[in-house]
Amino acid sequence: MTNSIPEIENNDVLFVIGSNTTETHPIIGLRMKKAVRKGAKIIVADPRKINLVRFSTVWMQHKPGTDVALLNGMMHVLLQEQLVDKGFVKEWTEGFDTFRKSLADYSPEKVEKITGVPKKDIVSAALLYGKAKRPAIYYTMGITQHAHGTQNVFAIANLALMTGNLGRESTGVNPLRGQNNVQGATDMGCIPNQYPGYQRVDLPSIRAKFETAWDAKLSDKPGLTATEMMNAAMEDKVKALYIMGENPVMSDPDTHHTVKALKNLEFLVVQDIFMTETAQLADVVLPSACFAEKDGTFTNTERRVQRVKKALNPPGKAREDSTIILELSRRMGYDMKYNLIEEVLREIGGLWPAVAGITYGRIEKWGLQWPCPTLDHPGTPYLFKGGFPRGKASFTPVSYEPSKELPDKEYPFILTTGRQLFQYHTGSMTRKVKELNIVAPEAYVEINPADAERLKVADGDTVRVTSRRGSIDLKALVSERPSEGLVFIPFHYREAAANILTNPQLDPVCKIPELKVCAVKIETGHGGQ
Amino acid sequence: MIDLSINGLPVSVPEGTTILDAARFADIPIPTLCHHPKLTPYGGCRLCIVDVKGINRPVTSCTTPVAAGMEVTTTSPTIEKLRKTILELILSDHPNDCMVCEKAGDCTLQELAYFYGIRENRLDGERRVYAKKDDNPFIERNMEKCILCGKCVRICDEVQGVGAIDIAYRGFNAKVCPPFEKNLDCEFCGQCVSVCPTGALTGKAWGQRGRQKDIKEIETICPYCGCGCSITLHVRRNEVIRVSSREDTLNEGWLCPKGRFGYSFINNAARLKTPLIREEGQLKEATWDEALDFIADRLGKVKAKYGADSIAGLSSARCTNEENYLFQKFMRAAVGTNNVDHCARL
Repeated sequence: MTNSIPEIENNDVLFVIGSNTTETHPIIGLRMKKAVRKGAKIIVADPRKINLVRFSTVWMQHKPGTDVALLNGMMHVLLQEQLVDKGFVKEWTEGFDTFRKSLADYSPEKVEKITGVPKKDIVSAALLYGKAKRPAIYYTMGITQHAHGTQNVFAIANLALMTGNLGRESTGVNPLRGQNNVQGATDMGCIPNQYPGYQRVDLPSIRAKFETAWDAKLSDKPGLTATEMMNAAMEDKVKALYIMGENPVMSDPDTHHTVKALKNLEFLVVQDIFMTETAQLADVVLPSACFAEKDGTFTNTERRVQRVKKALNPPGKAREDSTIILELSRRMGYDMKYNLIEEVLREIGGLWPAVAGITYGRIEKWGLQWPCPTLDHPGTPYLFKGGFPRGKASFTPVSYEPSKELPDKEYPFILTTGRQLFQYHTGSMTRKVKELNIVAPEAYVEINPADAERLKVADGDTVRVTSRRGSIDLKALVSERPSEGLVFIPFHYREAAANILTNPQLDPVCKIPELKVCAVKIETGHGGQ
Repeated sequence: MIDLSINGLPVSVPEGTTILDAARFADIPIPTLCHHPKLTPYGGCRLCIVDVKGINRPVTSCTTPVAAGMEVTTTSPTIEKLRKTILELILSDHPNDCMVCEKAGDCTLQELAYFYGIRENRLDGERRVYAKKDDNPFIERNMEKCILCGKCVRICDEVQGVGAIDIAYRGFNAKVCPPFEKNLDCEFCGQCVSVCPTGALTGKAWGQRGRQKDIKEIETICPYCGCGCSITLHVRRNEVIRVSSREDTLNEGWLCPKGRFGYSFINNAARLKTPLIREEGQLKEATWDEALDFIADRLGKVKAKYGADSIAGLSSARCTNEENYLFQKFMRAAVGTNNVDHCARL
């Protein structure tokens, strides 16, 4: 997030696109509801009638995968209505003229045809956002998990830039991160092209800095992303994989492909707290400590580094992940020595100044938001105050491209996947919690009543959902939430794993898979599972 | 700013402040049962009554805004007698089973009865009896202990935006229930449980797992989504028996059903407890030395045969910053590859 969670309640307009916030980020959802009570208006853009729609002023039910068209359409209206922040555009951005021309094709009439959103709603959403004083954009995987996910994000950035809604309190571009420390894992350099602090591995001066600090020769070749690793395993290019606390069998697209890839490895190590679907395939399984059994820090979606404290001893012989890594590293001839876990944070601060001012002592009660470069720095609630690090921000013209796999005669429905309130991600934690599984016991496919009637499917019937990659059997949930032609399946359930169906097509830039759109068919009469 | 005096002390607060908030600002105690700083004032329990000079009856301080020159008295024999009577009235229709109540030691009503020294009750009379009708797995309701403070109703409406419950009927028959007493349509966030001042609402999983004695409370961060809510783990004998959240946190004390009730995986019997090595197709128990030496040996051989880039590592958005840093440092410096990623895209 460029801005912070507490700032949400002072937004006057919230534009929530591709985020089922009240279920996936319930406490941020509460802040949004608080903003509404204080008079804010919410614009929701989502193919499903999510709970937040009840609190919204405008709801645009666009077809999945048409976000670029919708956003360009809104920006077209802003241009027409002269709701561009000319001062901001002139002082802080570049490339506006080319960008402006790129919007010519996206009249609301044309966008209505692509997205299915009535022209008047596109106009009123644009006017609401364009005229607001403190509007902010919130999005999650509904924007990013597409083969054109990067384009979607550029479109969102363009919208905030042309209206000057960056670098001020209660505005900004705010991706809501989906996991407790997904922000931190990225910050810490668990990405194949960057060291900790987003420092590129292919720049010699940066590599030299890390080689000195770590006293080791480092590779100058950017590595493989998670999804590319699976493909490389299939092609015999990756032979050994060490997985710490991830469950790709459940989380990656096209499960059959993932399992094949993992089985094709010569050596697989999985370190986890439970015998996950992925751990079952491993050559070595290492038992680790969970969050309540260790000290350290997590970084939340608003860049706030917060203290995690040990409350329990891990069960049996299970050990903290840090201990396991250090022991293994020593046995491989690279000895890393730390007396206290806080020394690791100090080392990070030495290599990435944005966290140099954060110590365990300072975050004992309240976390600090990076950048926090010095010990007396109060942290940074919102980014880009008084300018962008690179000088001027660029507009990136983007054009609408249809999703890779659209419905046809054989596979007439669009499938989109996501989370529900009572389960979490691949379910390795929540599916072990008895109470949660009483209220959310099994997988289901949400089907619009009109589609259900055509298919002669009643609520609770078992149906078979099939894509070009596989089939799963699960209960039908007849609901007004999805539009006609759209079905939704949560991906938490191993016995009807949604990712057996999903499309592994990747975005060419950031390699994110197209989990939010693929084509499926629905059949009845297969009995039970 | 408005200047007034409370118990003779000069106090200056912004216009619109209630007498109760002004008193709390000045660290002057006033008992309440229905007040919550984040909810609209209610004036239901009447315990916060105070005397205001010039008004010939006590006023509820939680609903009365301050005025310039106001002279407030928060305690006097008459006021304390009234407060005690109010408590006696509440307790006349209360089970008083603190000995086995989950809330004992953390109960506002119990605490007030203690401070006012209410041992016997001169107002004994008819009591409410409710048939238990709870089929949800999260929230235990003991409606006989409900004092109708309405905090649960207000929090569900004002904070959660759900409005699953309200007060139905009147007088002695008044009770909190879902619309038309039908089934509860609820998100099970447990916000109501967190503000209930008595044992009327508690966590089902808390039952007989420990109350106040021998409980350690540890402040940490929720392991689920990216909101980063602060949670307090209540730990007894190496087991998490309850999760709560303080009000002075980023999440203002609010949690979701996973954060508040989804903790039993921690002590689940299926947790991995020992290293395992696959032998002839089966995963067999091993010591740490065996497992780690085996991994170091196999990774070393793969690296020697196919090069460092034939090895890849997936780190975890579940793990801490420190662990993630060490993982990528291990992959880059010890193994020698940039093939390190995690599930940010998934």
